Amino acid sequence: MSLGPIKQVVGRAVPVPGDDIDTDRIIPARFLKCVVFDELGGQLFYDVRFDSEGKSIGHPIDKPQFVGASIIISGDNFGCGSSREHAPQAIKRAGFNAVIAGSYAEIFFGNCTTLGIVCVVAGKAVRDELMKEVEANPAAEMVIDVDGCKVKFNGKEYAVEIKPNARKAFIEGSYDSLAELLNGLPQVKELEKTLKYSFV
Amino acid sequence: MGKNLFQKVWDAHTVRVLPNGQTQLFIGMHLIHEVTSPQAFAMLRELNIKVAFPQRTFATVDHIIPTEGDARKRPLADPMAEEMFQAIERNTKENGITFFNPETERQGVVHIVGPEQGVTQPGTTIACGDSHTATHGAFGAIAFGIGTSQVRDVLATQTMSIAPFKVRKVEITGKLNEGVYAKDVILYIISKLGVNGGIGYAYEFCGDVIKNMSMEGRMTVCNMAIEGGARVGYINPDETTYAYLKGKPYAPKDWDKAVAYWNSMKSDADAVYDDVVTFKGEDIEPMVTWGITPEQAIGISQSIPAVTNEVMAEALEYTGFAAGDKMDGKKVDVVFIGSCTNGRIEDFREAAKYAKGRKVAAGVRALAVPGSYNVKKQAEAEGLDKIFIEAGFEWREPGCSMCLAMNPDKLVGRQISASTSNRNFKGRQGSSTGRTLLVSPVMAVAAAVTGTITDARKVFGIGC
Repeated sequence: MSLGPIKQVVGRAVPVPGDDIDTDRIIPARFLKCVVFDELGGQLFYDVRFDSEGKSIGHPIDKPQFVGASIIISGDNFGCGSSREHAPQAIKRAGFNAVIAGSYAEIFFGNCTTLGIVCVVAGKAVRDELMKEVEANPAAEMVIDVDGCKVKFNGKEYAVEIKPNARKAFIEGSYDSLAELLNGLPQVKELEKTLKYSFV
Repeated sequence: MGKNLFQKVWDAHTVRVLPNGQTQLFIGMHLIHEVTSPQAFAMLRELNIKVAFPQRTFATVDHIIPTEGDARKRPLADPMAEEMFQAIERNTKENGITFFNPETERQGVVHIVGPEQGVTQPGTTIACGDSHTATHGAFGAIAFGIGTSQVRDVLATQTMSIAPFKVRKVEITGKLNEGVYAKDVILYIISKLGVNGGIGYAYEFCGDVIKNMSMEGRMTVCNMAIEGGARVGYINPDETTYAYLKGKPYAPKDWDKAVAYWNSMKSDADAVYDDVVTFKGEDIEPMVTWGITPEQAIGISQSIPAVTNEVMAEALEYTGFAAGDKMDGKKVDVVFIGSCTNGRIEDFREAAKYAKGRKVAAGVRALAVPGSYNVKKQAEAEGLDKIFIEAGFEWREPGCSMCLAMNPDKLVGRQISASTSNRNFKGRQGSSTGRTLLVSPVMAVAAAVTGTITDARKVFGIGC
């Protein structure tokens, strides 16, 4: 359930370059063998972070200067593939609260929004510059202004896009829609009666 | 101005517009499996919320279930797999949800079970915590994958918060050449429109190629809509759809009334679309992927294109192939026929036709994994199992198997697999360095018997 409004995200960022970073890359299928999401944080990006003996192979999120970052900057079509909520759950549980990418796969985007992970859309030029700036200033904090659709970093401001529905939900704290859906239950029951099919 | 099927189904299932601007959409039929549902039930339990319409949810177990006979005995050897199995048993039992478990002999891959039980029907909305839910769109349903929080929402309210899609009409005119299948059609479409070309869209597949396709073929096409970024892919229902559904366990009892409803939901002749693209069926040849996204696919006569972006470079580094290479002649270690994309009876019939009297090449491991008990029983009744076994294939029990390798069926090391599944992502088939080449079932048989990716039409004399 919602934990309150999200008006801004503040934290250090880490560039994870590449387009089409799919959900199998974010969380390999073997880690979906679980009935709770609790352990997923440590398994984020596992196969591109660790070798067969479990030793780090220098993925950006494990580089000392980026450990503790809470914003991922990546490429186009981030989160493509499976509907597994395990992917955003892993991101969240590894300490990330926002992603800045060129575009997102839809199911992934919806899952992130429900969990309160802010998915920011930024053009390639902005992302390239942010990545460069972050590489040069890894200890500096980035501010994502959700309402103002801006990213602030190292004294500069960048105009970005946050989908209007998601932005509204973050600001209002209504990104987890269950409570609102439950409010509509009387209307849901009425609609069900009008449907031309049933399975009983 | 007319409406398309998407708009009609959406309107019929809209409860209201939510304060967040999205639609509270009624989900007519909800499917669940063991991987993405246990956390949803746990959340409901914590909130003390009951399942609102248990008769509109159907369950099966597919991702983690072993496909080797003895390994299916309970408890499963893998304790986590067993725990997931027990969770779905408990959750369905406690909530009065129908569970197509192995004992019912109706178990199988969720997207194969729904249609063969007849719960997948035209004019419905269908959701499942699985991206390949688009498969059910083959019946003229609006079907899409959802995350676990939405599984929770659907269980609690039979609705979810979602924004409508734009609709792109994807027309495939003319006819397919012999030896070209539904799998080649969808790989071709994705290779042209891209893996993110469909973001924000539902794809309405139409044209003579689709019209003349079997339901199995249509399901293969819609199944991979999501690989092109389209969360929904659908086909207007017609006589082919109705003939498939008639007599299925959950088919409507008042058949004429149902058909009248289904016909009323078809896209109008003057329906408006946000976009229209047209391809010629004759232009499509047997396809094979060479990279790490389903868009990286070429016809068997073609060569891997020159690198024009970073993902292509990354793909070649991973696969070890080079721009300019032909896939024809590439060696394979494993052949996998199965999955929600190509694990239906027609796939095994077509594959068996060419496996008959031939032998799997030395050093190649070949698996034939039926998508459901029904598919398995039908195949065995037709003697297809014997053909595969005599050819040197392993004939397995139903499940997702090596499509995503959550069960014991996995690639090892850098093995190359010719696979009828839907994703060639890095590490997809259970080895973080394993390589997946997506093909049709007949191309998979050609790979099995020759040990290489090759033009099945030449090997089997198709169309000569």
